[in-house]
Formats: sequence, structure tokens, C-alpha cells
Amino acid sequence: MNAMVNNGIKVEVAGENALIVYFGEKTDPRVSAQVQQAVTILESELSGKLIDMVPSYASLLVIYDMLATDHLEVRSIIRKVVNQLDEATSGEGNLVTLPAYYGTDAGPDLEALAQRAELSVEEVIKLHSEMEYRVYAIGFAPGFAYLGEVDERIAAPRLSTPRLKVPRGAIAIADRQTAVYPAVSPGGWNLIGLCPTRMFDPQAEPTMPVQVGDRIKFNPISREEFFALGGELGEIQ
Amino acid sequence: MSGFKVLQPGLLTLIQDAGRFGHHRIGLTTGGPLDALAFRWANRLVDNPANTTALEVSIGGLVLEAETDAQIVLAGAEMPLKINGAEQDRWHAHKVQAGDKIEVGFSTQGARAYLAVSGGFDVEHSFSSSATVTREGIGGFTGEKLQQGDFLKCKPLEEHRAFRLPEEHRPDYFDDITLRVITGYQQHAFSDYQKRLFFSSEYTVTDRADRMGYRLEGPEVKPSFDGILSEGICHGAIQIPADGQPIVLLNDRQTIGGYPKIGSMISMDTARMAQLLPGSKVSFEEITIDDAHNLHCLAHVRFNNTQPEQID
Repeated sequence: MNAMVNNGIKVEVAGENALIVYFGEKTDPRVSAQVQQAVTILESELSGKLIDMVPSYASLLVIYDMLATDHLEVRSIIRKVVNQLDEATSGEGNLVTLPAYYGTDAGPDLEALAQRAELSVEEVIKLHSEMEYRVYAIGFAPGFAYLGEVDERIAAPRLSTPRLKVPRGAIAIADRQTAVYPAVSPGGWNLIGLCPTRMFDPQAEPTMPVQVGDRIKFNPISREEFFALGGELGEIQ
Repeated sequence: MSGFKVLQPGLLTLIQDAGRFGHHRIGLTTGGPLDALAFRWANRLVDNPANTTALEVSIGGLVLEAETDAQIVLAGAEMPLKINGAEQDRWHAHKVQAGDKIEVGFSTQGARAYLAVSGGFDVEHSFSSSATVTREGIGGFTGEKLQQGDFLKCKPLEEHRAFRLPEEHRPDYFDDITLRVITGYQQHAFSDYQKRLFFSSEYTVTDRADRMGYRLEGPEVKPSFDGILSEGICHGAIQIPADGQPIVLLNDRQTIGGYPKIGSMISMDTARMAQLLPGSKVSFEEITIDDAHNLHCLAHVRFNNTQPEQID
């Protein structure tokens, strides 16, 4: 049963104190679940030797303390852990529902995206909010969760010229990924709406409502509900 | 309240400790000193533990007024240090008193210097570190660079040893340097010819060189594909976007990204590179991960075995 799991998993040197484990080459919930399992096990197996880990779609970066261990030992521990992984199901992360106000004032790219897809705005909203997404990775900026995958019909390439200012809470699509901007930042993703839930709040505990492996659904709300939940339109440049 | 008042913040002065570790999973980068060796020396010369909060001064222009007695030291790039108008030795602790004015002038060689104070600056931690990352708005004072009028708290001086580092142990900063790189990550996407080109060419530091990464300019190096599934980026990783110009990712790098990487620079050399100003020339030398490990451990032992002279 485990033979298949080990198949194709590669460990490469990343840097002087970092190895990267490749579990697959494509976005796949089962691969992502294996990455999550490996994070949990390696945390204890490498206790006292680990500096940090970066799980992503199909890979895991393992950063270790060069004064406590070396690449050969870390590599052999990774090999051992990879051999223990279960033939993963897609995993059962928490289901988190995020309110979403879809509208042209909140999502300036919504109409263009619909036109491009030859769909109505309502159909785009339906396709985006009916899908259950998985948190594949968190990065780019604090709290920026990469969610996948959106229905092929509403996949859209990044803007050719990124915006200088995307508001906090912006719900966006790039290729088959979707995300909620955790803070005001530049960005080249297609904006389709706004979420009033804060995706990253240093003062809050936990600081993020989601973690890698969680399942996300967007729940369409009205403009009034959006403001009632503390949402703000923010400035778009 | 005892501490230091910021009369002039300089071009870019940041509150830093050794860095923020263990928070990559929520997207937080490490921050911390670009030149970890100079930072460590600064703290050691005023007898502080290695992870004590100090100031990273880029280029120069910092002016502080002491409102307490303290030992201070400046280590790193060659920025003239003046106390009450009189030039003072760097890599050498100095006792200051309330009312003294401390000036860090503009660098004549190197780009980053570290000002440490006995007992350290007392700055609230955010995610287990005081390190300022302006891109994230995290650490330091509300995630920003030092501003005029800021007040840097520190404890009043008690019994505290102070040291100077003999000249022969002080690092030199040069304009043209060779930087050691371990090939890794997507190195297979670069043909032997592309790798030879990379390791035999000279690159220039561009003006797009900051705490996030140093963009270099030189012969184009092309991988066999443009993008990869986004993955974790380690310190020193050298990513090559579609224009073929390398970017060496540093302390404030994004934690994940989707550009192919040829390998990573060792941290001893990212520290040396971060001392370079735009226009400086660099070239790369390939070393193995075992060599990199040995160099790191040797540097660690040398640092510990180098005894500074006690002056107080």
C-alpha cells in the first residue's frame, strides 16, 4: 500500500541548510494531504534540529540547524518519514465558510471575466461560490492563502499590468487559483468581490482563520450584509 | 524612561534581532540582519547575547541622542562614528552619557552597519522577534523603518563589560567579490552550457537591490521552462525569471514563489553581497553542500575563538 506513496517522491538540495521534498508535480488534493502529513511527522522527528518548514502545493521545504545536524541525516529522516506516509485520502481539514460580496463595485474584473468566459456575472458567482476549495499554500505575503482549484470555466490569466493597490479582503482569481488578499498590496489577480473576514490579524488568536489543508467555501452575501459584517470597499488603483 | 532619541533616522535604519523563525507557515519571512557576522560582533562587543535587538543602518545618516548612560558600538560597513562631534573607532565599545550625540555618517565602503547598545534596545516582540520587515508591516515600531522622534528604550547601564575587536580580525569590504553557490532546486532545468555561463560570467549589482533580494545584471541565463508550481524559497535562493537575470533572495524574501532557481548562495556570502552598492561586480563559484556546511561550522568556531580585547 505504501509502495505507491514513495514512488516519485524526490529530495533535492535547496540551500546550505535546506532540502526540498517534491511529492508530485501537479496540484492534487491527495499530494497536498501527504505534504501535510509529512509536516506533522517531521516536526517531531526533527525536533531540536529544525528551523522552519514551508509546505506548498506539492513540495515541502525543510530548513535545518547546521550546528545540530547535516543534509545526510535530514535526508535519511525525510526518507524514513516518507515511507511511513499513508496512502492519503484528500484529508479532512476544517471546513471554513467565508462570506463573499460579489459585485462590480467590489470586483472590478467581474464583468470582464464573465465576458471572457462567455458566462453571465451570476453564473461566474455561482461557479465560484459552489466549489469547495482547498488551502494549498500560504505565502507571498503574511496570511495569503492559495486556494484551488476554481472551475476551469472561470480560470483567468493574471492581468498584464498588475494593480498598484488591491484592497484588503479582495477575492481574486489567477489561473485556477483563488485567494483573499489579507492586506492592501499590489497585485495582478482578477478581482471579483470582497470578503469582510480578516485573513490575517497579528493581534488575533489565531492570526488566520484558515490553515494549509483546510477546506474553504464562499457564501455569497449582499452589499448590506457585507457592510453589516464590517466590510469596507477600500481603494483600488 | 531611559533610552535614545532619534534625531535623524538616516536613509534606512531598522530595528533587528537575529530574525523571525518558525512562522513561514503563515507566510511570515525571517527578516533579521543582512550581515549576520557584523551584527553578531556588534552585540558581542557590548557583551550582549547573540539575539539581542540592535539597529541595522543602511548607507548611513543616523543621529541619536543618549538619554541614559550606556555602552554603544558600531560594527560593519565603514560609516564614520562621531560622539559629540569627535570621531571614534568602530568595532570598539564606547561609553556614552545622557545628553551625548551619536552620529553615524555615510558609508565610504560597505552598505550595512550595526549599532548595538549594552543590554539591547527594548522593543516589543511580534511573532517571537523584534525584526522589522517593512513589506509585511511586522516588527520594530509598527513594522516601519526608524523615524525622526522615535524613542529607543533601553535599560540604564549597570555593570557591563565592553570590548574592542583588534584590527586584524575586522572584516574588509570590497567592491568586486566572488560568491559561493550550491546548485540545487531546478538546477536540472539549466543546461551545462547555461550553468557554465552563470559560473564564468561577471554580474553587476543593479539599483533594484534591497532587503528582499538583489537583482543582478549580466549574461542571460535561461532555464528550459519559465514557471514552476509555487514552492518554498530558502535564504540565498537564486531565482531566474524569464528575462534571464538572476535575483538572489534575502532576509525579507517572499516565502513561496514560482520562478525556477539554479541554486542558493551560502549565508556567509549573502552577508558579503549585502554590503555591496549598485554598480559592484560579482561572480559565482560553485561549491558542494558539504563544503558549505564545513565553511559554516568553521566560521562559527572561529567567531567563538576570536577573543576581543576587554576595555571596560
